[in-house]
Amino acid sequence: MPLDGVAAKPSGDYRVDHLLVAEMVKPGSKVLDVGCGEGDLLQLLEARGIDGRGIELSREGVNRCVAKGLAVVQGDADTDLVNYPDDAFDYVILSQTLQATRQPRVVLENLLRIGRRAIVSFPNFGFWKMRLQLLIGGHMPRTENLPATWYDTANIHFCTIKDFVELCDEINVKMERSVALDLYGRPVPLNLPWWVWNMFGEQAVFLLSRGGGK
Amino acid sequence: MGGVKSIPSPAISADERSHEVDHPSSQVAHFGAEQPLRLDCGVDLTPFQIAYQTYGELNADRSNAILICHALTGDQHVANVHPVTGKPGWWETLVGPGRPIDPKHYFIICSNVIGGCMGSTGPASINPATGKVWGLDFPVITIPDMVRAQAMLIDRLGIDTLFAVVGGSMGGMQVLQWTAAYPARVFSALAIACATRHSAQNIAFHELGRQAVMADPDWDGGGYADRGTHPHRGLAVARMAAHITYLSDAALHRKFGRRMQDRELPTFSFDADFQVESYLRYQGSSFVERFDANSYLYLTRAMDYFDIAADHGGVLAKAFADIKTRFCVVSFTSDWLFPTSESRALVHALNASSARVSFAEIETDRGHDAFLLDVPEFFDISRAFLQSAGKARGLKDR
Repeated sequence: MPLDGVAAKPSGDYRVDHLLVAEMVKPGSKVLDVGCGEGDLLQLLEARGIDGRGIELSREGVNRCVAKGLAVVQGDADTDLVNYPDDAFDYVILSQTLQATRQPRVVLENLLRIGRRAIVSFPNFGFWKMRLQLLIGGHMPRTENLPATWYDTANIHFCTIKDFVELCDEINVKMERSVALDLYGRPVPLNLPWWVWNMFGEQAVFLLSRGGGK
Repeated sequence: MGGVKSIPSPAISADERSHEVDHPSSQVAHFGAEQPLRLDCGVDLTPFQIAYQTYGELNADRSNAILICHALTGDQHVANVHPVTGKPGWWETLVGPGRPIDPKHYFIICSNVIGGCMGSTGPASINPATGKVWGLDFPVITIPDMVRAQAMLIDRLGIDTLFAVVGGSMGGMQVLQWTAAYPARVFSALAIACATRHSAQNIAFHELGRQAVMADPDWDGGGYADRGTHPHRGLAVARMAAHITYLSDAALHRKFGRRMQDRELPTFSFDADFQVESYLRYQGSSFVERFDANSYLYLTRAMDYFDIAADHGGVLAKAFADIKTRFCVVSFTSDWLFPTSESRALVHALNASSARVSFAEIETDRGHDAFLLDVPEFFDISRAFLQSAGKARGLKDR
């Protein structure tokens, strides 16, 4: 009998960005999921034969993951990534967590030190609905995926796709693949220019690797 | 009335206890002159014996064996009625039918540590060279010595790789020592409420306990066995002090508060007016019925000496370099004897070695003893960890 929750779920049960991330990971590789929540992505990865590990800040999240048989430890992306050696993983994943870190730049640099590649997904604050809420409504944007008010949100470092691309350039990170998902979780067509992505992508997923020496 | 005086004499005689020392109600593996136990102190201990219990059956490919390592005052009777006290096994919450470690699925082994007093060779055993009880002539032993002896037992049982090594407190230290010394022989490791070294505060508490034993005139320089006595008062005080460290302020308050024991008003004496006093006295006196005082000195000493990093050039991660063992580390929020920070240091070292590790801190106010109590979240985690490891090990679905 398979373990509760470890059996592969029908793909409809998985989050679209998780499926997209999982599809970017080569089978048989070793992966660290930073901010793994309750382990949904890790379960998806393990079901595909990937050796997955996780770090999660909340004790409840960690204990639920461990109770699913996942290799997850309690830890903080801002302070605990330094404990991992260089090249320890094939991929390090930061799924919808970058905006909640205190030092996104340092975290990003650490991801690409520990992992040969990094996969980063984040909500795009350049999304048209966000812009409209600020422009017309005159208040900080809130969406279905980001329902918290400004004073109780854990998300302290929001950025747009454009901002993120600029940061990658600045710290010499190579973008191997990038996908923006629209409001309905559909990829924004690839042939459209960046500003369209930045306007119509509700969230973005980037596959990153270390750039050449600059 | 002096407090110490009111600790009753043991109901079980020294004879009954000492019978278990040399002729335990367990299976016994004897190791003769051709197989000495090489101790860290430089002595070859020979002959020696290991008393152990097993539950369940070893499967055809010998891949389902779990070794349980007991804590300071535990023994091999993990899941059966204790032959001296008549009480249930000390870890029946975790080990037994329907429990996370179920004899239906696993071949479970639990042995009395070397230096113990329930049938494995220790200071209470007869020294074959003299025909008398070893006493303080017994060589000082360490956690690595205990594990070396267990490895010889596992060899004797014809098992190459253990599916899991499981233990809490001093048992957890043995788990970690197993993974550091025999990484290829441990498929998975469940280390609970423990540390990779004994802290200064813990050494201090142990010293307090040892001094209590040695201050009892009946200890008699460790030679009490020859006189047919036992320093039960000193040992009971040691146990009382230690027992406080296994609990927490919150748990003691919840359990006893300032409530009085069978009385309404203070007696203005040193009688056990408070329930908490009565409880501690009971803990002390029941402990001395089943435990040898010298054995207590030796085992606490072994814990004090434990420091895995020191054995690896001071770098903990080196102890676990390239290890393939799957780890699960568990700590409890109110455990101040082996606080979460100790487990976290271990996890950081395991991360640095890229080991596969799960680490859960469980919220409870029950202190260090939580690992022996009914804490469902702990059982869920243990069960899932072993099931997941069993899948990776190719153990049959169940």
